[in-house]
Amino acid sequence: MNLSLTSFARRVTLLVLALALGLSAPAAAQRATLLNVSYDPTREFYRDFNAAFSAVWKEKTGVTVDIKQSHGGAAKQARSVIDGLEADVVTLALAYDIDEIAARTKLMPADWQSRLPHNSSPYTSTIVFLVRKGNPKAIRDWDDLVRPDVQIITPNPKTSGGARWNYLAAWAYSLKKDLGDLSKLNDPAAKAEVDAAQARARDFVTRIFRNVPVLDSGARGSTTTFVQRGIGDVFISWENEAFLAIEELGPDKFELVVPSLSILAEPPVTLIDGNARKHGTVEIAQAYLEYLYSPTGQRLAAKHFYRPVSPEHADPEDIERFVKTELVTIEQVFGGWQKAQADHFNDGGLFDQIYVPSR
Amino acid sequence: MSLRLRQHSVLPGFGLTLGITLLYLALIVLIPLSGVAIKTFELTWQDFVANLTSPRVIASFRITFVVAGLAALINAIFGLTTAWVLERYAFPGKRIIDAFVDLPFALPTAVAGIALTAIYAPNGLIGKHLDAIGIKAAYSPLGILIALTFIGLPFVVRTVQPVIADLDAEIEEAAASLGATRFHTFRRVLLPALWPALLTGVALSFARALGEYGSVVFISGNMPMKTEIVPLLIVTKLEQYDYAGATALALVMLGASFILLLVINVLQWWARQRHA
Amino acid sequence: MSAATGINLSARRTSTSPAITEPWPVRLLLIGIALAFLTLFLFIPLATVFHQALAKGLATYLASLREPDALAAVRLTLVAAAISVPLNVVFGVSAAWAIAKFEFPGKNLLTTMIDLPFAVSPVVAGLIFVLLFGLQGVLGPWLREHDIKIIFAVPGIVLATVFVTFPFVARELIPLMQEQGTDEEEAAVSLGANGLQTLWRVTLPNVKWGLMYGVILCNARAMGEFGAVSVVSGHIRGETNTLPLHVEILYNEYNFAAAFAAASVLTLLALLTLVIKSFLEWRIQRQFAEAARMLQGDAA
Repeated sequence: MNLSLTSFARRVTLLVLALALGLSAPAAAQRATLLNVSYDPTREFYRDFNAAFSAVWKEKTGVTVDIKQSHGGAAKQARSVIDGLEADVVTLALAYDIDEIAARTKLMPADWQSRLPHNSSPYTSTIVFLVRKGNPKAIRDWDDLVRPDVQIITPNPKTSGGARWNYLAAWAYSLKKDLGDLSKLNDPAAKAEVDAAQARARDFVTRIFRNVPVLDSGARGSTTTFVQRGIGDVFISWENEAFLAIEELGPDKFELVVPSLSILAEPPVTLIDGNARKHGTVEIAQAYLEYLYSPTGQRLAAKHFYRPVSPEHADPEDIERFVKTELVTIEQVFGGWQKAQADHFNDGGLFDQIYVPSR
Repeated sequence: MSLRLRQHSVLPGFGLTLGITLLYLALIVLIPLSGVAIKTFELTWQDFVANLTSPRVIASFRITFVVAGLAALINAIFGLTTAWVLERYAFPGKRIIDAFVDLPFALPTAVAGIALTAIYAPNGLIGKHLDAIGIKAAYSPLGILIALTFIGLPFVVRTVQPVIADLDAEIEEAAASLGATRFHTFRRVLLPALWPALLTGVALSFARALGEYGSVVFISGNMPMKTEIVPLLIVTKLEQYDYAGATALALVMLGASFILLLVINVLQWWARQRHA
Repeated sequence: MSAATGINLSARRTSTSPAITEPWPVRLLLIGIALAFLTLFLFIPLATVFHQALAKGLATYLASLREPDALAAVRLTLVAAAISVPLNVVFGVSAAWAIAKFEFPGKNLLTTMIDLPFAVSPVVAGLIFVLLFGLQGVLGPWLREHDIKIIFAVPGIVLATVFVTFPFVARELIPLMQEQGTDEEEAAVSLGANGLQTLWRVTLPNVKWGLMYGVILCNARAMGEFGAVSVVSGHIRGETNTLPLHVEILYNEYNFAAAFAAASVLTLLALLTLVIKSFLEWRIQRQFAEAARMLQGDAA
């Protein structure tokens, strides 16, 4: 018995040693590592883009770049960076989360969004509806979503960046319908009219969320609920996610509906200066982000269903897939992300009041 | 000092082993856990109370505790039955079934969540039959109940099983020869002997269910006020960068776990006293 | 918990005496209820995992397991288990020795503290390490200055794993060693053995199978932990993803067959654990039976 215990202990020690050795792989010269912390729906795009960038960088400098990816819900990813995940670049769903990184860590300047063209968003997207084939509930626009016979799937705006765009797009639609001209929002003379429109928008969005039977925590969870579990008549989704779901999960099962008005979603990218400096990767990281704006980056973005900021570089047939519709911006309707977040999504904000009767 | 603290024993190593135990306990468990308390102190008392008494938080506490309690109850009834059947009756495949009881313990919770959702969703294997008769299994409190029952399943079975095995057959025979019916014997002789183990098992499965996150988020639907559990609310608060608010909830959950475990230890001590 | 996972030490008996069993319809009913319950909550979920994993055929199944990210995840899972299990064994043996062989005040409190990680929500378990080692936490800024990575790296994952598997070995050994009393150890010491010799030659052989069982449980939990590890991992593909996290990633990439393939590996590990556990129980029973036979032989 003693013998078997001893040999057991010895075997365990050997196993641990073997594993520890296996972990420390030799680091070759002329290699660099980059960590890109991103949100859920960009997985497929960055897989292609990273390969393209690595090839170009290798050719140009002889350095092999190993680009590591981390994906998850946008807020969770931003929080990881705030808590010390050493991302060289972040490519997230909305500016608010990157603002939080800047504010809480001082790893980067507060004016980060002006460092790259187009509000640091090399590609944009919008919010569309995914419906079941043949559109059995005849869903054409936002107004159809408040019908009591329609079940809606969307993730939780508290935990999902995409869901915040969904919520705000619905809100913007209601305002636009009421006011006709969104410039009234900034017109002090129209205050009474705007207040009434805001109240109706709140009621409109409340009625939409009353039709939501499942609130997943992230965009991908909601896609699964709608597609795999067969719940709901319409899925409010990122345009790129909707295209991807159709392509991956069933062209014969779903179709896309573009509402008459939607929101211009700008998923921004930026360098986390403090981390990149520490890793000595500032140059590569910057080149990586700039490459997103290059013809190759733009072409790949369009291929993966993102609307490129320079459509002339993309394949025409990729561009043709995007339906033209009126797009409004966060600045135009909600006065920027900080304000939108504070008004709508913080604890006790307008979104909470949908579920909790205000006292 | 340790010499005065303990009763005299000739065995060596008390100071060393207790030292290692306390050091390791402090490093791995106590110091990290104290971080929760420290972070919560960033809140004023009013904020702390306001955090815990907002309607959404209260609703989530209610759903978490009620459903975890129901799951523990289901496990008490069916776990006792299962333990009894496995211990007392002979039937084919018994050993294999016995071995499987531990599965929920070893299976990653996310896998359990995905598998259970696939089964109980309205288009799933069982879900579609339930849906046909108007019962919504996944994406309702019932879904949470299913997940928590799964998670807590091994605990009642495994606490009660050894006690059933140790029951003295002579007492049962005596009861029978004195004219007690089988049901009477069960209620008056067997159940009292099983109580401490049964309660321990229920408390364990309750404690486990309170904190469960991985499997529940897939199946619950996560609707505020309806199917939102406390661990999810902690995550939600974190995603809004509300660290203090999240730790306030975590602190309450920690307190609940601690009290439950203390109860369990007292129960086990009680069982040992009875045994002796 | 000890009892929840404890080994059934007494030899099993299946009673046939009518006085202490139920009439056959009741028996059948109870067996039926138990089997229905287990089918609903155990066997169908289990079958689902394998059904989905093999939905696209065996080739896809094997290919998804040979993928580099999957292999990296397997390796990290093994490393986390290989570090946390031995640590918890050393701790478990020390704690059991102190608690089972000596009387001291505060013992119940200490046992409760040891149990605590079992009942702490995995979310909270992850959170505490973020609060401690995160950049916004107590030690975070200092760690960053000295370029030491704890969370979002392998050490954080190991720490979280150690935390969640903390009680298992100790709680398996404490009741066993309590039951065994101190007579044998006292005899050994009075014959001149030192503490380590006593532990190695007297105590551990006596609780060998219980220790093994604790190790197996600890290992199963270490490999399967999802919630706590998820919080501290950072989800870097090929680097800080354990196998349970890899399952989630694949699932979120609509790669359902591959996700369930990875899940099936974890399920197989769980099943293997159960097989080893059954084997250990059988060994113990045989040991007891032999001891009983020898005693009877002596008496005759």
